[in-house]
Amino acid sequence: MMIITRRTFVKAAAASGAALVLPAAAPGAPPAPVMRAVPSSGEMLPAVGLGTWITFNVGDDPVLRDECAEVIAAFFAAGGRMIDSSPMYGSSQPVIGYGLEKLGRPEALFSAEKVWTSSAGDGPAQIKQSRRFWGVPRFDLVQVHNLVAWETHLETLFAMKADGRIRYVGITTSEGRRHDLFEQIMRAHPLDFVQLTYNVVDREAEERLLPLAAERGMAVIVNRPFQQGALTRQLQGETLPDWAAEIGAGTWAQFILKFILSHPSVTVAIPATTRVDHVRENVMAATGPLPDAAMRERMAAYVRDL
Amino acid sequence: MSEWWTYRLEDFLLFSPRVYWRMFELNNAASWPLHLLTLAAGLALVVLVLRRPRRHGFWIALVLAALFAFVGWSFLRSRYAAINWAIAYVAPAFGLQALLLAIGGAARGGLAFDRRDIAGRLGLLIAVVGLVAYPLLPPLFGRPWSSAEVFGIAPDPTAITTLGVLLAASGGLVPLLFAIPLLWLLLSGLTLHAMGDPQAWLPLLAAAITVAALALRRIAR
Repeated sequence: MMIITRRTFVKAAAASGAALVLPAAAPGAPPAPVMRAVPSSGEMLPAVGLGTWITFNVGDDPVLRDECAEVIAAFFAAGGRMIDSSPMYGSSQPVIGYGLEKLGRPEALFSAEKVWTSSAGDGPAQIKQSRRFWGVPRFDLVQVHNLVAWETHLETLFAMKADGRIRYVGITTSEGRRHDLFEQIMRAHPLDFVQLTYNVVDREAEERLLPLAAERGMAVIVNRPFQQGALTRQLQGETLPDWAAEIGAGTWAQFILKFILSHPSVTVAIPATTRVDHVRENVMAATGPLPDAAMRERMAAYVRDL
Repeated sequence: MSEWWTYRLEDFLLFSPRVYWRMFELNNAASWPLHLLTLAAGLALVVLVLRRPRRHGFWIALVLAALFAFVGWSFLRSRYAAINWAIAYVAPAFGLQALLLAIGGAARGGLAFDRRDIAGRLGLLIAVVGLVAYPLLPPLFGRPWSSAEVFGIAPDPTAITTLGVLLAASGGLVPLLFAIPLLWLLLSGLTLHAMGDPQAWLPLLAAAITVAALALRRIAR
């Protein structure tokens, strides 16, 4: 595993263009989240986004749809921008569309979608359908979900980017799968974003993918930061160490998110939640101090030893 | 699917337990008071199997076919498929089961519910469990009554009662009629297990007892 020293930490941050920017908050307003640059464009994004895997798949349930809309509202109110989804996530796409419509189509939205079909020719139609569900004129980012039919889908996505129909192109994986192929694609194609699983216990991405993203100037989206809730559930009964206060982590969720965001190659983490208080707590993790290299190792060791 | 061995059952779960059980609440609210009719139809099935009046096979098959078609359309296709895209491919299997039942009921000598061996009697017990016990489960598992699974409205008790009734049946099509309810209960049990729901063992147990009863009958032959 690659050990992050202070020197490599600063070097990687500079190389990735993901330098940390702390915007000034308006008086009385909640502190604004840390902003990170998308290396390929310089566009600044808040470092915490909103995932929708499982949490937004509520079907036609009107009560739960309204709850999701409240989560989206709280996310934007806290300063968030990126919402990520996929055609694989059941009804999540129409539920996002419902929430956005209810909120009057917030301009802050950064829409991150995926194409997920093994029939390569169906990609454009699927993206069009996803766009209808969201109710957006175009997606900011479209990623090839789990590298399914990636060669043809990447061709499609790069052509769409060239035509201005999407702004960024990316690929995704999760839970450490297919990292070899993932790396090959990162080396061979000018991707804007890569999405992968990374957290205080799943650190495989530190070895090759995160340094490569910095080297190739690719933004990194981190999925499953809480291992689909398993990590936070596991830590729930444990005491947060006193020194967590030094980095402004008041909960285990913030502790984990701060660990993720402090990696210099990481652009945005996308925790998913059904709760308004949790979405605020998540975005708040991107405010205040982030751990340095030494603190990161202390955090990882603490969780490992629990 | 690449690296399939790295996937756990939980990785295929697309929704939360709350969403799953609220789906039953919404379906019950939308279907009420049809529950009374489907429960009455279920009890009538048991009476028909016990008394065996003329053309009982036709009427039992007709009722089950109608309820499979209804559950496949109203619950699986219209509700469950919204949160689980895989169910869109499963719902037609309920339509196929309805068709097979209808064919079995209409064909001369297709279905007769004349088995009175141990498996047949066990079947009637399973049918009664699906009819009577299943709707009573919610408080045992800390859920509201409004999430009750009722025969002819929800798939699990429909499949369980059907299997029970089929254990009393004879006819050329009978072996074929077990497949879809059994596969459904396996899928449902695994889904509940992935959700960490303690009720998961019920559909799996019903399927296992049915298979064991069929095996016993075969051995006894």
